[in-house]
Amino acid sequence: MALLELRQVEARYGPITALRDVSLAVEEGEIVAILGANGAGKTTTLRAISGTVRRSGQVLFASRRIDRCSPEAIARLGIAHVPEGREIYAELTVWENILVGAAWRRDRRQATEDCRRVLDYFPRLAERRRQQAGTLSGGEQQMLALARALVARPRLLLLDEPSLGLAPAVVSRFYATVRELNREQGLTVLVVEQNAAVALQASRRAYVIEVGRVVLEGPSHELRLNEQVRASYLGY
Amino acid sequence: MDWSELAQQTIAGLANGGVYATLALALVLIHRATGVINFAQGEMGMFATYIAWSLIFTHGLTYWLAFFLTLLIAFLGGVGIYGVVIRPLQRGGQLTVVVATIALLVLLDGLAGWIWSPEVRAFTSPFPNDLVIVGGVVVSWQDLGTIGVSLACVALVLAFFRLTRMGLHMRAAALRPGTSRLLGIHVDLMLATGWGLAAALAAVAGMMAAPILPLEPSFMLTVLVYAFAAAVLGGIDSPVGAVVGSYALGVGISLLSTYVDFITDAPELELPVALGVLLLVLVVRPAGLFGRPVTRRV
Repeated sequence: MALLELRQVEARYGPITALRDVSLAVEEGEIVAILGANGAGKTTTLRAISGTVRRSGQVLFASRRIDRCSPEAIARLGIAHVPEGREIYAELTVWENILVGAAWRRDRRQATEDCRRVLDYFPRLAERRRQQAGTLSGGEQQMLALARALVARPRLLLLDEPSLGLAPAVVSRFYATVRELNREQGLTVLVVEQNAAVALQASRRAYVIEVGRVVLEGPSHELRLNEQVRASYLGY
Repeated sequence: MDWSELAQQTIAGLANGGVYATLALALVLIHRATGVINFAQGEMGMFATYIAWSLIFTHGLTYWLAFFLTLLIAFLGGVGIYGVVIRPLQRGGQLTVVVATIALLVLLDGLAGWIWSPEVRAFTSPFPNDLVIVGGVVVSWQDLGTIGVSLACVALVLAFFRLTRMGLHMRAAALRPGTSRLLGIHVDLMLATGWGLAAALAAVAGMMAAPILPLEPSFMLTVLVYAFAAAVLGGIDSPVGAVVGSYALGVGISLLSTYVDFITDAPELELPVALGVLLLVLVVRPAGLFGRPVTRRV
């Protein structure tokens, strides 16, 4: 049984249909990528999972229907959504940002301990823990958004365009961290990317979305060789 | 120059400033949580003050019991206003909410006149009417008490936001509601609490102002103008700025009306002159003394 499953999910913003028919599954311990052009529905797919867009069809998480749940309820079930553009609290300090990530946890002592531990994992953030988060560089802000998601101890991490606006070296450091978390702690990740080359490198399987539909899926190493993917998304 | 008079006028100004500070802090709270100026903030305090008046004079409660009971009622009232009026209207945009607060102002005003009649009522002060001499300066217990209560309220609220977990979650919810929901924070609950706190602060301002200004349905309107001016002076998004701005405004007006002859002769010039000075400050520092100018990346 997959950890996450979408069955014929549709989503709309007012009169505009953004997802027509998306079915996909993510197994526990996998890194799965969703590729697609601008406006294909990648972000909406993540939003349909975390409950921030009106959707129909079925979304199952750990064998439970979550397509009627509110975003805060879904977060509390163990899905951490790192939104596009990182969305850190620029006015709060780095440390406060991380504390907010553990907001809903009832085991407060353990939660604070996790917040401290996550700083060991990100020494750059530890150095800047008292700074306002808005003063961080783009790469550091992306790390902060990841750290803030991790202290909720999610079972599933949703990443929306983490490479956006970052230098290539920073992007590969970010994905190295994600893969390490996946390998060492078994973190399950569903990542949306326009940067197909990076996403196919980091993931085990991938889905390609075009105008609100899944048009292609398979192991990432195979998709990398696929003619259509190469022409449309890899550019060679 | 008579130094003891200067000290006396400063203390009187700080007492008024304390009233402005509690109301200004309420305005800042709402502005951060909902992004609008709550024009009904003063009338919410007025309504709460009438409730306190009823508790004391009709039901015979002691002052402080009535005071704290009123804070609780005001808090629940603020939560109710958020839930029933503000939250459903937020989809309509900020202008809709602003208009709703103006409607609320008129509504509370009329309701208070209908329930308690528009005639002027005397409100009690918890502090003795005596004067006390501190270091050669004659001050009233009334002023000292008002300063003490306002400082305590302001300190409590600021400490709550700075030092507690819930305070942090409320700041987060106000800064980025959407993202905060993704992190599992009940944003509506946080914003409702913010409205409740603001209503309680307004109640304090009303109960502190009522012994000085006579209690009648529109007695908080000038206080609201001053509090709004003080909040803008300090920076509408800065709680500390609003508080400092309030005390500065209180002292400034007190000194102006004592030492500037044409204002002493014509007290009706107090408000225009004070607001004129405020405009000048804003021309130099548009974001207020403690505010940061808004810069957006494009």
